[in-house]
Amino acid sequence: MSARSTLPGSAPLASTLPASVVDGASERDFGVYLHVPFCSVRCGYCDFNTYTSTELGGGASQANYAATAIGEIELAAAAMAEVGLPRRPVSTVFLGGGTPTLLPAADLASLLDAVGQAWGLAGDVEVTTEANPDSVTAADLVRLAGAGFTRVSFGMQSAVPSVLHTLERTHDPRRIPDVVAWARDAGLHVSLDLIYGTPGETLDHWRTSLDAVLGLEPDHVSAYALTVEPGTKMGAQVRRGLLPMPDPDDEATKYEIAAAALAGAGYDWYEISNFARTTADRCRHNLGYWGSQDWWGVGPGAHSHIGGHRWWNVKHPRPYAERIDGGRLPVAESETLTDRQREDERVLLGVRLVDGLDVGADLRGRLPTLVGDGLIEAEPAATGRAVLTLRGRLLADTVVGALTD
Amino acid sequence: MPPIATPAASALIQPASTTPELLRNFCIIAHIDHGKSTLADRMLQLTGVVDERSMRAQYLDRMDIERERGITIKSQAVRMPWQVDEAAYALNMIDTPGHVDFTYEVSRSLAACEGAVLLVDAAQGIEAQTLANLYLAMENDLAIIPVLNKIDLPAAQPERFAEELATLIGGEPEDCLRVSGKTGVGVEVLLDAIVAQVPPPVGDPDAPARAMIFDSVYDTYRGVVTYVRVVDGQLSPREKIRMLSTNATHELLEIGVSSPEPHPTQGLGVGEVGYLITGVKDVRQSRVGDTVTNAAKPATESLGGYRDPQPMVYSGLYPIDGSDYPALRDALDKLKLNDAALAYEPETSVALGFGFRIGFLGLLHLEIVRERLEREFNLDLISTAPNVIYEVTMEDGTEVTVRNPSEFPTGKVKTVTEPIVKATLLAPSEFVGTIMELAQGRRGTLQGMDYLSEERVELRYILPLGEIIFDFFDQLKSRTRGYASLNYEISGEQDADLVKVDILLQGEQVDAFSAIVHRDKAYAYGVMMTGKLKELIPRQQFEVPIQAAIGARIIARETIRAMRKDVLAKCYGGDISRKRKLLEKQKEGKKRMKNIGRVEVPQEAFVAALSSDTTSGK
Repeated sequence: MSARSTLPGSAPLASTLPASVVDGASERDFGVYLHVPFCSVRCGYCDFNTYTSTELGGGASQANYAATAIGEIELAAAAMAEVGLPRRPVSTVFLGGGTPTLLPAADLASLLDAVGQAWGLAGDVEVTTEANPDSVTAADLVRLAGAGFTRVSFGMQSAVPSVLHTLERTHDPRRIPDVVAWARDAGLHVSLDLIYGTPGETLDHWRTSLDAVLGLEPDHVSAYALTVEPGTKMGAQVRRGLLPMPDPDDEATKYEIAAAALAGAGYDWYEISNFARTTADRCRHNLGYWGSQDWWGVGPGAHSHIGGHRWWNVKHPRPYAERIDGGRLPVAESETLTDRQREDERVLLGVRLVDGLDVGADLRGRLPTLVGDGLIEAEPAATGRAVLTLRGRLLADTVVGALTD
Repeated sequence: MPPIATPAASALIQPASTTPELLRNFCIIAHIDHGKSTLADRMLQLTGVVDERSMRAQYLDRMDIERERGITIKSQAVRMPWQVDEAAYALNMIDTPGHVDFTYEVSRSLAACEGAVLLVDAAQGIEAQTLANLYLAMENDLAIIPVLNKIDLPAAQPERFAEELATLIGGEPEDCLRVSGKTGVGVEVLLDAIVAQVPPPVGDPDAPARAMIFDSVYDTYRGVVTYVRVVDGQLSPREKIRMLSTNATHELLEIGVSSPEPHPTQGLGVGEVGYLITGVKDVRQSRVGDTVTNAAKPATESLGGYRDPQPMVYSGLYPIDGSDYPALRDALDKLKLNDAALAYEPETSVALGFGFRIGFLGLLHLEIVRERLEREFNLDLISTAPNVIYEVTMEDGTEVTVRNPSEFPTGKVKTVTEPIVKATLLAPSEFVGTIMELAQGRRGTLQGMDYLSEERVELRYILPLGEIIFDFFDQLKSRTRGYASLNYEISGEQDADLVKVDILLQGEQVDAFSAIVHRDKAYAYGVMMTGKLKELIPRQQFEVPIQAAIGARIIARETIRAMRKDVLAKCYGGDISRKRKLLEKQKEGKKRMKNIGRVEVPQEAFVAALSSDTTSGK
């Protein structure tokens, strides 16, 4: 059981972090996630915490948002210092949303500046922003690169107009080659996101999207199966029978097509849904999540983790801004993980990675069955490592089930 | 006004000193819902034995289940004073159970009476169960008082049903009394009629004591309370009594009458009805139908009619959580104290783990036991499809008694015999075709058909018991919009072409799903069960064939395709807690899975596949 508490607003900063977070901190990387909760249009499948109104009032409005988030960065640095965490330069920064590029490039730059001032940036810091292909210009990308951004991830999702239409993505797929070229010209590493399994997407549609991506030669590709979440517009459409529920068999076929196409073009999988040309092209920020490193999530609804302590912020930008304006951390809830929970997380996250998972001596007896079922590779299993096969990547939950108690 | 006007009159009807001429023993024969308990409540009030304040609806139905379901399972006796023309009488109302499974108990209750109130809902007419009990009462030479109840209902048709009752018992429609248990109208007239029409009991006060047990109830505080009707002689406190069937002797710790709370008395004389407490803890030591006598001066002849309860229907009961097995055993041991018909022994199922094979009198008995186990003992249970007892003779002459499909022998079977019942169905005549179709589908043979009136028909069938214990009642009710009623009694056995159909998951036999069915229905059962399981069992990471087989011969097959993907592709954005909670939930769910070979089957699949609507073989 996790110790849970809803933090009272008036608590002193130090009470937001238990002393245990300090243990082993110097061995863990520290990253910062910055959430930008704005979009011009909300896509039907999206369940992220995002708002389409530019005017949510006060510090929650788009124009004031950067200043508010910088307020949290300052409070965060103070809270970490207060509990006795060593000052660690930030190894990765990730701006996600929402649509970070809805904010002026200057705002994004000032957010990054604030992170640097609060903790310092590591020399090889990776700084990524998500970007919507229709809300970014060549000049923006140059400005971001100049401000220290190293990487941009475009939400391409599909190259097929009908699929984009079902997803309610508004961008013109013909714009993708341009934005990729601009980003590359600006010196940024480029990642493209794809979604497969959209209702109505055929196998040929999916191959078209993959071909389009490979033709653009990005450094990194993410391919996510569409997940229909209950609270979304798409969720309601599926419930009412207006759209079919994505078929897991179809998604499995598409994953296999993607894995083959990407591998053939020199992109190796390093996490179930993520592929990179070289080790250096992997997204270190996301690796931090899967490796249970430390990160502070800034922004409404953002999740954080430091040393087995997890918490998440209030979801709506208005109360979020009010808390920050009042000098308080906007924590909604927190939990301190038990050893058992930390082990569960180590397994369920670690098994997703190409390097696989060190399996404890007590559970190694289960590896031969997993090898026999074609779920994990035989050779690493012999030395106690669970590395997923292609089949195992699709049935990772089964593997996690077998490797946890 | 108190029912008994003077203390002098009252003194004449004290227990143990009431002459038989002032006693009237009667019961009420009625169908469930025809208002027996409500009428009994009115009688308790009118005779003053229960005052308004302590009156609660359906006073006599003590168990919660009885009150909730509106049915009476255990009978009781209540002594009530009533005055007619200056003379005081003691009326003993003996309550009778109202269901087909308890025919034997009913017969003992009837044997304790000289008269019966035939109570029929004036809006519905007589039902098959009531008719059967009426015949039983007539065979016992009871005086029958026909009464139409619920005459206050707008839908009441007393003329029509009075006609029907008159045809049945051979009187005039005018003789039929009309009451409303709800409003109390006509109840005083009925009490007067009981005094006038029910003959007083007859017995020899000087003969050795003989009393018949018509009910036996376990009470946590007092041990077994035995309800008796004294036929000859007298029973007195502190004397030693003997049970004639077992020759066991007990000391009478307490003897008394219920009115309706227990009142100890100086004994019970000829014709009187009351209770005995001897300190025994198990109703098996004080069995319904047995004869009680005085140990020092014992009677030699029993009153007759005693019969050991015979389980007719068997089902396996398993705790959903295997660790509840000891709790289930303890619960059965407790229930047994109060249920002489309950028989059980431990059983192991590959699919369901440790449990018990339990013998019941019938389906209602099964349902009641199961419900009490779940409700009073807080157990979550799976019950396997009920089955009857089969006698199997092999070609080499060996004989096997099969109480559980898994006991069905392999090898060359010569004959299989199954129990059959005589069934009586009553329904509006428009449903005759529907009922015939249903009964023929269940291998029934029509024995005869009679019109009770222009609108109502009685159909008599011989049916295999095994065919009616699945969902026959439900089918009958739904196909006749609830208008048909059914009664049956065991009537020997017959040879039948029966086979055992096994269900195999990935080649492994799932014992809980095996069924003994008629050869003509084996294929239908196989198709139904494999189809059902295909829907209920989630996809696994490998392909799972589901087969139905008779011996080695596969008769039906379905395949659960292998699951190819279970992973959530999206696992980023830092909300790890949600993903972990999903895993924890999955692990919780896994605990409730049973493994058949390598196939994980959720408990719900067993419950759903074994529920009666899926076992009909349709």
